[in-house]
Amino acid sequence: MLIFALLIFSLEGIAQKQRFPKPEFGTGYSQPTPVTPEPRALALEYTDVFVLLIVLSLASWIAIKNRSRKKMVWLSVFTLLYFGFYRDGCICSIGSVQNVALTIFDPGYAISITTLLFFLIPLVFTLYFGRTFCAGACSLGAIQDLLIVNPLSMPQWLRQILGLIPYLYLSLALLFAATGTDFIICRYDPFVGIFRMDAAFHMVVLGIAFLLMGMFIARPYCRFLCPYGVLLNWMSRFSKWHLPITPAACIQCKLCSDSCPFDAIDYPTDEKLVKKRIWGVNRFLVYVILIPIWILTGGFAGSMAHTWISKANSKVYLAELLIRNPEVQNDEKNLDVQAFLSSGKSMEMLVSEATIIRQKFYTGCWIAGGFMGLVIGMTLLNQIIFRTKYDYQPDKGNCYSCVRCVSYCPVK
Amino acid sequence: MENSYKNSRRDFIKKGTRVSLLLTLGVVGGIGARHLTTEKYVWQIDPFKCTQCGRCATSCVMTPSAVKCIHSFDLCGYCDLCGGYLKPDANQRSTAAENQLCPTAAIQRKYIEEPYFEYVIDEKLCIGCAKCVKGCTSFGNGSLHLQIIQNRCLNCNQCSIARLCPSEAISRVKASNAYKVKGSFTKEG
Repeated sequence: MLIFALLIFSLEGIAQKQRFPKPEFGTGYSQPTPVTPEPRALALEYTDVFVLLIVLSLASWIAIKNRSRKKMVWLSVFTLLYFGFYRDGCICSIGSVQNVALTIFDPGYAISITTLLFFLIPLVFTLYFGRTFCAGACSLGAIQDLLIVNPLSMPQWLRQILGLIPYLYLSLALLFAATGTDFIICRYDPFVGIFRMDAAFHMVVLGIAFLLMGMFIARPYCRFLCPYGVLLNWMSRFSKWHLPITPAACIQCKLCSDSCPFDAIDYPTDEKLVKKRIWGVNRFLVYVILIPIWILTGGFAGSMAHTWISKANSKVYLAELLIRNPEVQNDEKNLDVQAFLSSGKSMEMLVSEATIIRQKFYTGCWIAGGFMGLVIGMTLLNQIIFRTKYDYQPDKGNCYSCVRCVSYCPVK
Repeated sequence: MENSYKNSRRDFIKKGTRVSLLLTLGVVGGIGARHLTTEKYVWQIDPFKCTQCGRCATSCVMTPSAVKCIHSFDLCGYCDLCGGYLKPDANQRSTAAENQLCPTAAIQRKYIEEPYFEYVIDEKLCIGCAKCVKGCTSFGNGSLHLQIIQNRCLNCNQCSIARLCPSEAISRVKASNAYKVKGSFTKEG
């Protein structure tokens, strides 16, 4: 009896698998096989790393030894074609920041060696040669650089304030990547749609807006958004070699002073503008003492916002939606709710997962907010530090080594 | 003399910072390298988790989507009354456009022998809307199912469909085994 029941049960099991069993054909029909094309070969990924190395070496050589703007333009054209249009803007070093963050905080995610190299190689190059990556090897930089028409100079205070955005963008990107929520740098990359000739309408509008803006405000993305630029800026400040404007001694002719579309040339210190030293020292001390307060305020503000920010995570959002509005369970059109209900996962499981993620956001928001506080404090502190400069020289942090200024220098 | 001392001090600080930045990069690289993989990973759909919500057709960064329907013929019942091909309220079992479930007529119905019909997906026309998948899974064997076609997929850092997939059916798989075609791929767990 038991065996019989088991037999029926197992038959039922098979029948459930195949409602309509495959027929036996009498006419000698042979079935086709589904086509499953292979992904891009791994060897080609290594080629990308190799191309990056070559392009970076060439860019560094052009910036420091050869000093020819023409060659740099051709190099950025190549970068635009290869990393932009051929590789569809993906893989890029800017986005790799998120992969590194995710692999540090999520042991389940394995970073590919190409991505890690795309993250590290430009930073190491910048540490030795300045931001030659931005000049020649970044497709996003190249597309903006080639479209500069009539760059306008921006006042320093505006540049300083807008210059805080990349720090905010970087901290948010790292926060979202580390919590496994989203890769916002890739999603809001304004130019990737242009490279692919295919994107959502709002992204096309954003991309074209950036390019049009870039005709007058040179490289708007690089200067006021690029999160990778923050890291490159840090590296470049301490770079061993850097593109010099003049090949020999500066004769202070001021010819180069408005050659830079990015306002990245430091002028010699105007002695009249240097404040009285004792007053400067007092202000310096006040600003130094203010830094921990900035950090705490930033961290506190971040932690206050963590509930709101964590809603970007789909699990947290879903859990909150189901708790706040239990009636959405009857909403047939809400795909997320319906999929959750049919998945057989219990509400407790979802809530506990969401709680863990929100806890991560709490810690992350403290760190991100504190970091933003530190950045604001340091920016203020930098306003009153005068390093006496005697010559016209590139601002190493912000200079992209595009080699435009070099041809303005009369010194041979 | 004083000037050269000052310069050497600045150089020393600069060099020290450079070395420490290099070390930091090394440490970050080292931590990253703990979970390093030399294998290439690509995105793929688990057909057993898929709920045919239709977002694959609209959420992909590509138009049309890199997701397309794949027919695993081993599982097909070659039915005349095909739940994936015909609309539920179709008035005729024919290839007439008004009877077809597929919005782009990407499924070709071909007579084999009485009473069996073969259904082949024209990949060029398929937009990955999963309407046929829903029909086949609800009324038939579920031999029609969605897969990410790897030579179309741009392998985005974060798959924009995976981000919105309500059933978390899309995950990274090894490129050496890039497909989860039903039949050779069976339900996990």
